[in-house]
Amino acid sequence: MNLFQSIIEALESLSSNKLRSGLTILGIVIGVAAVIAMISIGRGAEATITDSIQGIGTNLLFVFRSRSDEVRNPKPITLGDADAIADPFLAPSVVGVAPIIEGNGEITFGGESHSTSISGVTPDYSSVRNYDVAEGSFISEEHMLGQASVVLLGPAVADELFGRREGLVGEDVRIEGQPFRVIGILESKGGSGFSNEDDQVLVPLTTAQTRLVRQSTRDRVDLILVQAISPDAVPQASEEIAQILRNRHRTAIGSDDFTILTQQNFLETASTITNVLTIFLGGIAAISLLVGGIGIMNIMLVSVTERTREIGLRKALGAHKKDILVQFLTESSVLSLIGGVVGILLGWVISLVVGRIAEANNAAIDPRIGLDVVLIATLFSTAVGLFFGLYPANRAASLEPVEALRYE
Amino acid sequence: MDQPDDSVIVAHNLTKIYKMGEVEVHALRGLSLKITRGDVVAIMGPSGSGKSTLMNIIGCLDRPSSGEYILDGERVSDLTDDQLASIRNKKVGFVFQSFNLLPRASALDNVELPMRYTPGLRTRKARAQAALDAVGLSDRMTHRPNELSGGQQQRVAIARALVNEPAIILADEPTGNLDSKSGAEIIELLLSLNRERGTTLILVTHDPGVAAHSRRIIQIRDGVVVEE
Repeated sequence: MNLFQSIIEALESLSSNKLRSGLTILGIVIGVAAVIAMISIGRGAEATITDSIQGIGTNLLFVFRSRSDEVRNPKPITLGDADAIADPFLAPSVVGVAPIIEGNGEITFGGESHSTSISGVTPDYSSVRNYDVAEGSFISEEHMLGQASVVLLGPAVADELFGRREGLVGEDVRIEGQPFRVIGILESKGGSGFSNEDDQVLVPLTTAQTRLVRQSTRDRVDLILVQAISPDAVPQASEEIAQILRNRHRTAIGSDDFTILTQQNFLETASTITNVLTIFLGGIAAISLLVGGIGIMNIMLVSVTERTREIGLRKALGAHKKDILVQFLTESSVLSLIGGVVGILLGWVISLVVGRIAEANNAAIDPRIGLDVVLIATLFSTAVGLFFGLYPANRAASLEPVEALRYE
Repeated sequence: MDQPDDSVIVAHNLTKIYKMGEVEVHALRGLSLKITRGDVVAIMGPSGSGKSTLMNIIGCLDRPSSGEYILDGERVSDLTDDQLASIRNKKVGFVFQSFNLLPRASALDNVELPMRYTPGLRTRKARAQAALDAVGLSDRMTHRPNELSGGQQQRVAIARALVNEPAIILADEPTGNLDSKSGAEIIELLLSLNRERGTTLILVTHDPGVAAHSRRIIQIRDGVVVEE
């Protein structure tokens, strides 16, 4: 019997009990759809997170204090450190330095109030972060020197307080009860998986130090963003910064009281996490595929029992063991293959819908269905059909013709 | 063992022992038998006589525990399962009491079924049509078994049995599920096939009326031939 004929026969036999075949296929459909949807959503999330990390800026390094027990007298990262890193003779691979102080606060306008994160930044922040204003102007050196009470609003904050994003320059708001004048609205970066960059306000670093964020050491900053001159210069810049900080903090080599992370580190960490997540979700989905496979096995066993006489007859008419085996394996494979194809379509639809829902909730996940996933799902579901069909088919093929013919 | 050319079946000293747990059941106890090519033979005997066992061995559905069995010049008593399947396919046509047609397949497809297991056969459809013609069902080829009467179903089964031009047709109570009129027609059909094609016909039956049509009656009791 050739393969084409076997498939036709399998289809005929499966269509003779449509409800049962349909339910069995449904098990596989759900399994494959779950695998496809989970993996494509996972990959979409990974792409979104990667994009948002890359959106922070280019060639960035992040310098912050690390709390290590090995260092006897750890010192905080200070503005002095930032100035030293900005020195082109000490750190020739560095083009921009932006120290940051972070805090949280209540911002009010009229009757509206909104709790958000407050960052104290320097004028260089704009170029290092590649972050500009949609309206008004960025924080200037004069604002820094004068510890001016000025604020840049994120678009989400503007929406909350004013219900609009335009024409807000010159408005007065209150942050922690102190009056601040709006000098600009930040451009929208869009929400991302981690945090919403649009939901923050920027004030001059000096203002934050003295008036908004309580500091134990006056000079201290939470984070220094450093921009290297080129992607290739990032490791060199990291080395230079480490050298400067070790000198200034007088720590022995091998026990630094600071940490330097590059954008690449973040990307690697993020993709490790999302990969684990994708595998985890895919693994759970694969379990449902396994359950679907057991459904196939179950139904094939029933089918073998029901058709014992038919098997006996076929054997009496000259069917070899192999013919019966192929017949039943074809049936189970056709079941799982149909389930696989429908499951791929369903999984695709599910991931599209999830993408839409995520988009509507301002967390853009763009599900990505790779050809590899589709191929793997197809292969895997067919393999499930073959594997779980093997036992029933073998059972059918091993029936004794005499016994099978006599079976009632 | 010497075998004359006109014997299609030569069985010598066949035994068959079934093990039912601890108990050994001797279904055949040294049965010997020869059937001439083109003959019409009825095998009779009460239930438990070993009649079914003999039929299974003659039909190559089963192997004897010991002894020698030669079908159409081929020694089949010690072949493998797959070799036995090929012998059944080419040399034996089965007609069952309960017809054993595939319910979802048309008459034509049912008749084609044995040829699906014959490697390298090209003219299946034509041969199946010819076989249905021979049993007088050329106008019922696309009908399914449930659209046919019992007698017609048994005719389809006979067409299926003869489509591969077997050396023997083995009919197990072929009229058992039929009314007497269609039963008589079926017996007449089988006899006419024997006359026209010279196919050896072996009828296994309880019914003396059926056996009366045969040229030779073999009585079996307790696993041996008691009367010819």
